[in-house]
Parts: sequence; structure tokens; C-alpha cells
Amino acid sequence: MLTSESLKRIDREIAKYPVDQKQSAVMAALAIAQEQQGWLSSEAIEAVANYLGMAPVAAYEVATFYNMYDLKPVGKYKVSVCTNLPCMLSGGVDAGEYLQKKLGIGYNETTADGLVTLKESECMGACGDAPVMIVNNRRMCSWMNPEQIDKLLAELK
Amino acid sequence: MAILGALNPMLSVGLDGDKAWRLADYVKRGGYSALRRVLEQKMPQGEVINEVKKSVLRGRGGAGFPTGLKWSFMPRSFPGDKYVVCNSDEGEPGTFKDRDILRYNPHSVIEGMAIAGYAMGAARGYNYIHGEVWELYERFEEALDEARAAGFIGSDLLGSGFSFDLFAHHGYGAYICGEETALLESIEGKKGQPRFKPPFPASFGLYGKPTTINNTETFASIPYIMNMGGEAYLEAGKPNNGGTKLFSVSGHVNRPGNYEIPLGTPFATLLEMAGGMRGGRKLKACIPGGSSAPVVPAATMMNATMDYDGISKAGSMLGSGAVIVMDETTCMVKALERLSFFYYEESCGQCTPCREGTSWLYKVVHRIENGQGRPGDLDLLESVTTNIMGRTICALGDAASMPVQSFIKHYRDEFAYHIEHKKCLVPVDVQRAGSGFFTATV
Repeated sequence: MLTSESLKRIDREIAKYPVDQKQSAVMAALAIAQEQQGWLSSEAIEAVANYLGMAPVAAYEVATFYNMYDLKPVGKYKVSVCTNLPCMLSGGVDAGEYLQKKLGIGYNETTADGLVTLKESECMGACGDAPVMIVNNRRMCSWMNPEQIDKLLAELK
Repeated sequence: MAILGALNPMLSVGLDGDKAWRLADYVKRGGYSALRRVLEQKMPQGEVINEVKKSVLRGRGGAGFPTGLKWSFMPRSFPGDKYVVCNSDEGEPGTFKDRDILRYNPHSVIEGMAIAGYAMGAARGYNYIHGEVWELYERFEEALDEARAAGFIGSDLLGSGFSFDLFAHHGYGAYICGEETALLESIEGKKGQPRFKPPFPASFGLYGKPTTINNTETFASIPYIMNMGGEAYLEAGKPNNGGTKLFSVSGHVNRPGNYEIPLGTPFATLLEMAGGMRGGRKLKACIPGGSSAPVVPAATMMNATMDYDGISKAGSMLGSGAVIVMDETTCMVKALERLSFFYYEESCGQCTPCREGTSWLYKVVHRIENGQGRPGDLDLLESVTTNIMGRTICALGDAASMPVQSFIKHYRDEFAYHIEHKKCLVPVDVQRAGSGFFTATV
């Protein structure tokens, strides 16, 4: 289930914690499993739990509590748009509507070609750069006016 | 450069260029000299804590608790594991200062944590970093590698016999983990639900061991305090409000961004530094301390000073120093609706008054905003907030209630207009113009 490369990365995370506290690495391990698979299946969550020696249900609790884990398949690119108040004042809601129109989908939907999933998201801690978006949980995009959004969409192939 | 301006700065001095975050650059700016001196002089732990007490550094994460006092609660001479934890889970809407500290000055956090570890007898630390700022989590790990290679963290620091190791832990999208005991649960690999207190973390913290949790900016200030002395640091601010602070200014201003100013600086000065109001429009309201702080009307805000006591006098809280500026194009009902949705979404679900109450707050504000408000709704909202506040394990319930109470208190007419006329006092196209999103194309 987990590739040797993923396991190697998980081992590096385990090493950060006291030897009897392997469970502390579960958040990082789930993030690594999600990177490998594109989303988190029940099998992946169970594999992480077994590797860390914790009950699968405890790992499942973590996976369902934190909202950057995707428990269902998403498009090749997941674009999360912040619409919280500071972003909203600088066009976050407009940016989300603009993206919906451009992609022809609503929030929590994926384009027919499986390329882009759109998510409405909470504060990313970058309000000075509003409107802000994150691609695949990793790449933060700042000052997303219509022109910048067009550029981003052209890049997502 | 995202720290856009400063008055008598400390934290943001010399942060020019892409390499400012590197160890070599930090050392050139005088970095790690405080840690070196503490270790070489074998400064008594109590003396370090005293210096921090003298500085009247107050927690920069939101609560404003005196840092030195917090440190003195740790049973520092007790044998056994103790932990120092940094809270970089910055997700309070409006706040983005720790992001810039981690981006441009991560070694100040590492040095501050190492000094804290020494002062409290802790040999291990964790920095919990907001999952959304992934690049900075990776950068912090790189900075840790640099510090470890140079002997500033690890075992037997600079040959002193004191060992302190430090690791980064990332969040993955849960606002509640900014609450210190939820954060500890999260490091332990569990869902982030706050613990009932007491016991406090100083006696029962990470893995059940004595633990002190401070905000990123708090730790980053420690080296500066040790270098300049607690008294000088205090004098850089105003009595009972020591030092300078980073303020994150967002919303309807011309230059949103971070500004470092001495505590006690007038709000009007900060607004001017941020380029003034966008489009020259009029200030309507300001949330001066992150979304959980009560909203303050323009007239009061323009006379307020930016410090813990000054903002408290204006009827709000300095909180994390997140200044959300709203001009006359803002519909206060819509603004509150979005904040209420946030707390509903982020309530961890542990306490019934918060889990159910935040849902009701959102539903009722939502129906007012959407032309379905009922005559008794404002009283209903009041009653829901008073039934949440003080009845939950952590402060999220209070944080959800305070915006509701303050928005209704100061802008009751606007809410009443919505309920009566089924529409907004501020026309939708005016609101849209305020965001400035379409100015590039229209």
C-alpha cells in the first residue's frame, strides 16, 4: 500500500518524537500517504495506523478531523479558495465565483475531465495577500485577481 | 518584502533580500549572540526569566498573558522530561504575522525557543506550523538543519552541557489547534480537541509532562529582549505593554501587510502606514485583534492606541494584532455571516453549547442576510451567545459569540433594516466595488 519512498519519509517523521510516541507522526504520515495516492482511502489510513502501531479508528479520527485530508478522490489539482472575511473584503468571494464560472463547476465539484476540484476554504493565514488560494495543499497563490486566476488555470494542465 | 513598514523596529530589522532567513544572515545581524551569552555565562535560569518579566512581554498569540510569569510556572528544577512548544498554527482570520516571521526570521524563533528551553529546563521543543503555509514548514525544517549543524540546537550546545533539540510539526487544517491544549493533543497524534483545565500545561502538558506553549512572535522577541535588556524593551513600548509588535493589516486599505510598531502607537498612524483607505473611502469599522475580537466603530477606532490596554479601552481586544479594516461599502450583516460560518465550521464539536450554538448563530445570521430574518431574531442571537459563553471547555465558543454581540450592538439598525426590508442597506454593486476584484477587467 505505502511505497518504500513514503515509508522512508514517514520514518523521518517518527524520528522527531520520543520512541514510545510513534502516534505523533500520524498527521505527517497521513499527509504523505495522501501525496502518494492523491487522496486518502480507508486502506491507506489503515496502512498508516498499522505502520505506527495505533488503532485504525484512531487514525481515521485524525483523518476526518483535519480538513486538508481528502477522504474522497479529487481532481489532479485541488484549488482551495479562501472566502473568509479578510479575503472577502479584497475579493475572495468574487474570486471563487469567477473560478466557478470559468470552470463550469460549483464548490466541492470536479471538472468533467478530472482536472480541477474546487473547494471553499477557511483562513490560510495570508490575509495580506488576499485573495488567496492553495493548489494541492502545497502551493499558495497570492493576489489572485482575474488576470492571475486566468494565468493559474492555463498552467493547470 | 512583506513587512511593509516599521517604526523603531526590532524583529524586522535587516530582513532585506531572499537570504535574510538563512543562518549566516541571522548571525550577521547579531543572531544567536543572546543564546551564546546565556550559555557561556551559565546565567542562572531565574535571571533569564526575570529579564523576560522585566520586559513585560505579553503573549503575542492573542491572550496577552505576561510571558515571564508563564515561564515561572514551570517546575524547572524538577527532574524528568519537560517541553517547550511554539504555536505557529496561525489561523485566526486576519492574522498573518507569524507567516512573515517564519519566512524572513525563522532563526529568531529557534534562538528564542532554545533560550526558553534553558530557562525552564526543557531539553526538547516542537514548533507546530499551520499546514496551509507548507513552504514555511519546509523552510523551518531547513533552518533547523542549519542551526543543528552549527551547534545552536542539539546536544551539549556550544560545549555548555545543556542540550536542546527542536522539531517542526505541521497542522493540516483545523483552526482549533491554535488553542494550546488542542495543539498538544494534535502533536500527540489525536484529533485536536481542547483539554479541560486545570491541570494546566505547566504541570500536565505534552505527553503529560510540564510544557510551556508560546506564540511564534513571543519566542522571536526573546533574543532581542536578552540583548537589549528587559527594561529597554519595555521602554520601547509603553508601561504594561512592552516592546514593539507586528500588526497584520488587511481589508480595505491600500497596502495590506505587516507593520512593526511600538505598542501604544495610534491606530491612525498604522492606518496611514498601510496606505490609508482604499479608493479614499471612509472607514466604517475595524476588528482590531483578529476575527474573535469585538468590532469597533470608526470614530472610536480613530482615537485608539494599538496596545493591550488601549484596545481594551476601545471595547475590544488586541488579540493577535490582526487589524481588519472595513470601509463604508461593507455590509455588516454579510461580514458577520461569514465569520459565524467560520466558527460553526471550526467548532471541534466537543462541548454541546458551542457545537449546537455556533450552528444556530450561523443559521440565524444567514437567514437575516438572505431576506428571511424574523422579528425576534436579534434577541434570539443574544440569547444563544449568552448560553454559549462561559459554558465551554475552551474559548472558541466565546470567540464565536463576541463578534455576534458586538456587531449587533454597534450596527443594530443595519440588522433591523435587513429583517424589515428583506434586503441590504449597502447595495450589492457597491459591496462588489469595495472588494476591488474586478477593477482590473471592468
